[in-house]
Amino acid sequence: MTKARIDARFAALRSENRAAFVAYIMAGDPDYDRGLEILKGLPAAGADLIEVGFPFSDPMAEGPPIQRAALRALDSGMTLSKTLAMIAEFRKGDQTTPIILMGYANPLINRGFAAFAQNAAAAGADGLIVVDIPPEEADPLADALDAENLSLLLLSTPTSDDARLKVIARRTSGFAYYVSVAGVTGVKEADAATVAPHVARVRAAGGLPVCVGFGIKTPERAEAVARVADGVVVGSALVEEIAASLAMNETVTTRVLSKVESLAKAVRLARVASPTV
Amino acid sequence: MNAPSAKPNDYAAYPDAKGRFGDFGGQYVPETLMPLVHELDAAYAAAKADPAFQAELSGLLTHYVGRPSPLYFAERLTDHFGGAKIYLKREELNHTGSHKINNCIGQILLARRMGKTRIIAETGAGQHGVASATVCAKYGLPCVVYMGAVDVERQKPNVFRMNLLGARVEAVTSGSATLKDAMNEALRDWVTNVHDTYYLIGTAAGMHPYPAMVRDFQSVIGLETKAQVMEAEGRLPDAVVACVGGGSNAIGMFHPFLNDEGVKLIGVEAAGEGMETGRHAAAINGGRPGVLHGNMTYLLQDSEGQITEAHSISAGLDYPGIGPEHSWLHDVGRATYLTATDLESLEAFKLLAELEGILPAIESAHAIARLGDVAREVGKGGIVVLNLSGRGDKDVATVAAHLGMAI
Repeated sequence: MTKARIDARFAALRSENRAAFVAYIMAGDPDYDRGLEILKGLPAAGADLIEVGFPFSDPMAEGPPIQRAALRALDSGMTLSKTLAMIAEFRKGDQTTPIILMGYANPLINRGFAAFAQNAAAAGADGLIVVDIPPEEADPLADALDAENLSLLLLSTPTSDDARLKVIARRTSGFAYYVSVAGVTGVKEADAATVAPHVARVRAAGGLPVCVGFGIKTPERAEAVARVADGVVVGSALVEEIAASLAMNETVTTRVLSKVESLAKAVRLARVASPTV
Repeated sequence: MNAPSAKPNDYAAYPDAKGRFGDFGGQYVPETLMPLVHELDAAYAAAKADPAFQAELSGLLTHYVGRPSPLYFAERLTDHFGGAKIYLKREELNHTGSHKINNCIGQILLARRMGKTRIIAETGAGQHGVASATVCAKYGLPCVVYMGAVDVERQKPNVFRMNLLGARVEAVTSGSATLKDAMNEALRDWVTNVHDTYYLIGTAAGMHPYPAMVRDFQSVIGLETKAQVMEAEGRLPDAVVACVGGGSNAIGMFHPFLNDEGVKLIGVEAAGEGMETGRHAAAINGGRPGVLHGNMTYLLQDSEGQITEAHSISAGLDYPGIGPEHSWLHDVGRATYLTATDLESLEAFKLLAELEGILPAIESAHAIARLGDVAREVGKGGIVVLNLSGRGDKDVATVAAHLGMAI
């Protein structure tokens, strides 16, 4: 499994000629039980791949929505171990949806890269994104993940030139993640026309499917990006649904999954010639 | 982490090409910033080697900052402790009232050289914020200073000074609303405004090349001290002492002495309410190595690797990390890191005021709090230099509150 699960999912998407919808949630937001319920509901709501954030106290590349999600998760007692336990629980009912862990370096360093990789593989995770580990610092982590056949996904950004994209590609497997805006998550909006040539650059550098994230909030934007990329990642807009439903005392899971449905539907329709649904 | 780094032959040769001091340092930043960090590294290397840059820097340090700062023999303090002769390196007499200006002058010249048109900075006590606002005013550059909301409250005079100098102070409410959160927010600004913005980091921490660059700009402290103590005493001191938060004043004092192994290097971390209470800001004495704000270094963290809040009466030391070079100097045994509590520092603050007529910054007072121990250990006939990194005018309200007085 692991790398194979990601590859299989993108092969299937290619045969359907559609882009992936990648849903990001923060593990343990708003707490373990509801977080697990959301996680379990994501595939049926239309998530083709899932990014599971593990919370960190000082998330330097996150905008306010994911900062607040991390705080809610930490306040509910979320840890790296519980994040992996949540994934193991999810895997009991779903062996095909790839799960990519996403977070910051220190909780991993604290665990030890080798121990983390073993634990993550045992839990059924498929890949890892670490926001504050650029290619310059990636080798020890990439080696540890390789040993467990887990993918490391180094981020590509608008400031990465072609030479850097090649370096990034060398230690990236599964899919390429293109950060579509220079900025933190959930603030600026990505523009599909601006993103398209960068997606082509990233694809050329590594030959992997390219998913785009960091600036996509609405179904309209998701649909536009899905026409030019192999996948669309939405995170802040989903965790904002959690915040809103908590504020209004609504059922968290229903509200988040309904947002996922609308975004996934937009992505599925993106490459249909005459959308009539 | 590997075992403590092997003892090097030339301490001054660090960091290596990857920005490492042994296991510490490095460049743990989001990809968006990496090209900028490399650009900065190259620009700094070129500036450092450029005699015109060094001449401009030197001229400003003389005529704008007021360097060299005096090395003052503190006679009554010496008598009081009854040990080694005590000299104070008077960084508090610099323009803007602390050592922070040394680094700001250097970095603003670099930012101009790089064609950057907007400056951001983080600040704890406000000393670096004031120094940043000052150099931005001097060169007509817009300046945004990120400052934790808690610090805005306890350092109001400095907030007003920054405003007078034309800077915008952004109160940061996320996290613990202190220095680390201000740094998070400054990094978020930088990642969002990559094309025109220069991040003027105030301490010898963060991602390479900042720890080395800030150290270089602050090393004027130790270089002057070396020459001044040679002139006054005809020999090097037995020990130099400095407070350590991020550690810029300490590394500025220590670095020129690194290869003089007869000179003890003593840093003093903030023990807050006491090391045993867990409410402190002593990264080396109470933390473990990890990664925060771009570098591998000693950090206050819980068993899960979450960064824990630092606690100190001193906003300038209220940071859960420390510069990576200090972490390395600790591991290889070249420097020693002691601690001083809030109460000990308040006593030291009063002591210097009463014996020498100098109000020290509450940060610097932490170093003064351990000075007696160091002076007695070195003993009569010895020489100890304390880096008096800042002046205490900004702290009088804090000190009054702790003494139960209204002003």
